[in-house]
Amino acid sequence: MAEFTLRLRRYDPESGAAPYWDEHTIDLEPHRSVLEGILQAKARFDGSIGIRCSCKAAICGSCGVRINGQPGLACHTHLDHALRGARDGVIEVEPMGNMPVIKDLIVDMDAVHWKKIHRVTPWLINKEPIPEREYVVPRESMVDITQSMACIQCGACVSDCLSMEVDPLFVGPAASAKAYRFVGDPRDAQQFERLQDLAEDPHGIYDCTHCFKCIDACPKGVAPMSQIMRLRRRAGNDHHIKDRNNGERHESAFVTLIKDYGLLHEAELLPRSYGGDSWFGKFHPKAGAELLDSLPAITKAVMRRKVSIKGALLGHKIPKADLNAVQRIYKKIEGRDERLELNLYITGYDEDVDGAETPPATAATGAGQPGAEPGQPGQTPEGSPSR
Amino acid sequence: MPAHDVLIIGAGLAGQRAALAAADAGATVAIMSKVHPVRSHSVAAAGGINAAINVADDWRSHAYDTVKGSDFLGDQDAIEIMCSEAPKEVMHLEHIGVTFHRNETGELDLRAFGGASMKRTAYVADITGQAILHVLYEQIMKYSDRVDRYEEWFTTSLVLDDDGACVGVVARDIRTGVMETFSAKNVILASGGAGQCFKPTTNGLICTGDGIAQAYRAGAPIMDMEMIQYHPTTLVENGFLITEGARGEGAHLLNAAGERFMEKYAPNKMELASRDVVSRAEQTEINEGRGVGPNGEGIYLDITVVPKKRTLEALREIVNIGKDFAGVDITAEPIMIRPGQHYIMGGVKTDVDGQVPGVPGLYAAGEVACVSVHGGNRLGANSLLDTLIFGRRSGEHAAARAAGLPMPAASEAQMRDDAAEIASIIARPREGRRISEIKDELGTTMNDNVAVFRDEAKLQHAHEVVRRLKEEAKTAYIDDRGTVFNQDVLGAIELGYMLDCSEATVVAAIERKESRGAQFRTDYPERNDDEWLKHIDISRNGDDTPHISYSEVTFTQWQPEERKY
Repeated sequence: MAEFTLRLRRYDPESGAAPYWDEHTIDLEPHRSVLEGILQAKARFDGSIGIRCSCKAAICGSCGVRINGQPGLACHTHLDHALRGARDGVIEVEPMGNMPVIKDLIVDMDAVHWKKIHRVTPWLINKEPIPEREYVVPRESMVDITQSMACIQCGACVSDCLSMEVDPLFVGPAASAKAYRFVGDPRDAQQFERLQDLAEDPHGIYDCTHCFKCIDACPKGVAPMSQIMRLRRRAGNDHHIKDRNNGERHESAFVTLIKDYGLLHEAELLPRSYGGDSWFGKFHPKAGAELLDSLPAITKAVMRRKVSIKGALLGHKIPKADLNAVQRIYKKIEGRDERLELNLYITGYDEDVDGAETPPATAATGAGQPGAEPGQPGQTPEGSPSR
Repeated sequence: MPAHDVLIIGAGLAGQRAALAAADAGATVAIMSKVHPVRSHSVAAAGGINAAINVADDWRSHAYDTVKGSDFLGDQDAIEIMCSEAPKEVMHLEHIGVTFHRNETGELDLRAFGGASMKRTAYVADITGQAILHVLYEQIMKYSDRVDRYEEWFTTSLVLDDDGACVGVVARDIRTGVMETFSAKNVILASGGAGQCFKPTTNGLICTGDGIAQAYRAGAPIMDMEMIQYHPTTLVENGFLITEGARGEGAHLLNAAGERFMEKYAPNKMELASRDVVSRAEQTEINEGRGVGPNGEGIYLDITVVPKKRTLEALREIVNIGKDFAGVDITAEPIMIRPGQHYIMGGVKTDVDGQVPGVPGLYAAGEVACVSVHGGNRLGANSLLDTLIFGRRSGEHAAARAAGLPMPAASEAQMRDDAAEIASIIARPREGRRISEIKDELGTTMNDNVAVFRDEAKLQHAHEVVRRLKEEAKTAYIDDRGTVFNQDVLGAIELGYMLDCSEATVVAAIERKESRGAQFRTDYPERNDDEWLKHIDISRNGDDTPHISYSEVTFTQWQPEERKY
């Protein structure tokens, strides 16, 4: 047994008072969860502490909170682990972000999370005719979407989504993962329509800024950002959807610039995002407007030395050998017959790697979970094909 | 006052399936749940769902396995319906989007499960319940114009009319504290089991026997309540469930000597005997000093014999549970488990359409109900099937029944009583015991005395404790005086439900003087078909004491025989 102090963010909507902090010292084995700590405080000291919870085993998705500022499930965070992340020896628990607080640690998920889930037409639109028995589909396709199906709708990713903070209308990580569950499902009849809808929506899949926060936040390894990237690949590469927001061209501008120069060429990025890779693309009227619009940001970046004028205009020089190395990676990836998609359930492991002590390198496409423990499935290391 | 043809209480698999079926049949439907539907405890069902869909299989084989698993206490007409309708139901789930694992040719893959004579369990990794629950909720969202949802509404009572028919419910909006009466031509209880009567349990904190107690208080009979399933593989650490799918995939059970002791108890089926058999075997090993761990109170579950890649693909959730909650990498070392409370076979007595005898307009489906398809012991992966088959049948039947009835107007008197009761709980002085203390003592007492091995003395002791706790609960106090999300006051009401369920369980266990299925009496170690091949029904006397009666077991094709695995 050990003592832990919990500092809970309390809010009583009926009191008319502002939220406040409330401390309780509890007594539990260090590997017990923060939820069990809160439940002990509730049982022993104050039954009015509000928190949704049920299964205690990271399946029901009720107890999403922020612990020391990090979103996650209270039942899925050990007390000793939480203590290591505490600033002053006290474990701080707050309600999730990006959603209105109802009481104490309870937030209004309907107002944000579920509304966004509804936004993506979250049900299967069957391919016709519906067979008498099951749809016969590739084994891998079902294992693949099981990663999205593993989402428990806890809202931790929504809590921490930076894009949603800036654009509350952004469809967001959880709903995007839900969308992939249908787009990746061979039984669904409207994959193109779903993708077009999410690509054309200015608050859709191209609104994500790849900050990885949702991947960090997800307690189930769903890696919502990876699902967003998959949606983009399906939209752009498979269905050739050139969206009105230039999301697809913007992304491909990054890809070709890195391929050509090894590093980002900032002055080229903007025109290519509108005009594509053609030389005339530079004079796309929208590119000019965007340039004018972006001048304050560009100026700020120059002032803060995030970028030099010379570097931005002329591109960055890297040694020829390095450029060749970058281009070899492109060649290897583009040379594959089939796009390698990373997946939680399909792993590169087999008996032969038993006892591997080092975590696989986090793959460039970003399905890996930073901080993953050795031996944890969830990443397919590049170079060890999963199928 | 809201009014619906069919009002469903509980939004797990049984409730959601009932709602969709009733809506498809043209009824006006509402579904009410004290938690958001995807938080329902069906989400925790891991291993899979049984159906004879393999062309080499036959539903009769599934039915026989179920009858044998039930130790011949299951009603065979109901079992025949469940097993014969299972393949169609699983195909329906597949069609609405459940992401069942496929075999190499792209058809549904099947895994082995306990007590089954062949592989017949369809699955989604080891998140089958979650996958089905979330897909049903997708459909509920699709049906949003046809199925009203009252999410985070807590039902406090069923409302009966003067003739004793169920005509609605009283419920409290948890977010606002507002109480309301709902009228309904039919009410379907689908509010799950009562695992929280035990501590530890694999069940979620929400599994507090609400529907069982509400029906019992409304005069409905509850049946087979002594049949409490202890799952063979729960974590010693904290009682979390390790899916039977692990043994289905080939994992071994080992005692301290490293022996696969199931050879002694079930030489043919080994680890895949019925759950009651495996749990008793484990408990015997532990009691006789062959347990593992510092106190010798565990058994090793060795999953390392399953190929690692397969474990990572098909048992991923328990890889995480091992790592996160026990600090064990199950792909590399055995994990310590023991039998733990998991499921109640008993519940509100119903016919095969979910109708509760004696209370017209009241239905029950899922763990809250006792049809009885599980009898003395439920087979793994039959519970999801039970919820879906009888959820659907209840929904269809209730919709058809509603078509011929005028909309009743439920009296508001019950609501006034319930509101006054809640106000009085909130106003209780801070003396007496805390709700949490009583709940704790109840759970520990039940687990110590009404578990795998029982005898008269233990059961009588448990009965005395439950009676005392019922008295103490009347004055137990709470802290929260508010109306918004007052979980404290709901906890006090739930405690009352749990005490009613526990009492029924103990009384029935004392009554059944034999060993059958999950009930093993060390003082009556034999099965006694002559005297006890019958259901024990419990109904509430006016003075709040359980009244015992019996009902016949229905036989169709299979006569009782010695049960060996």
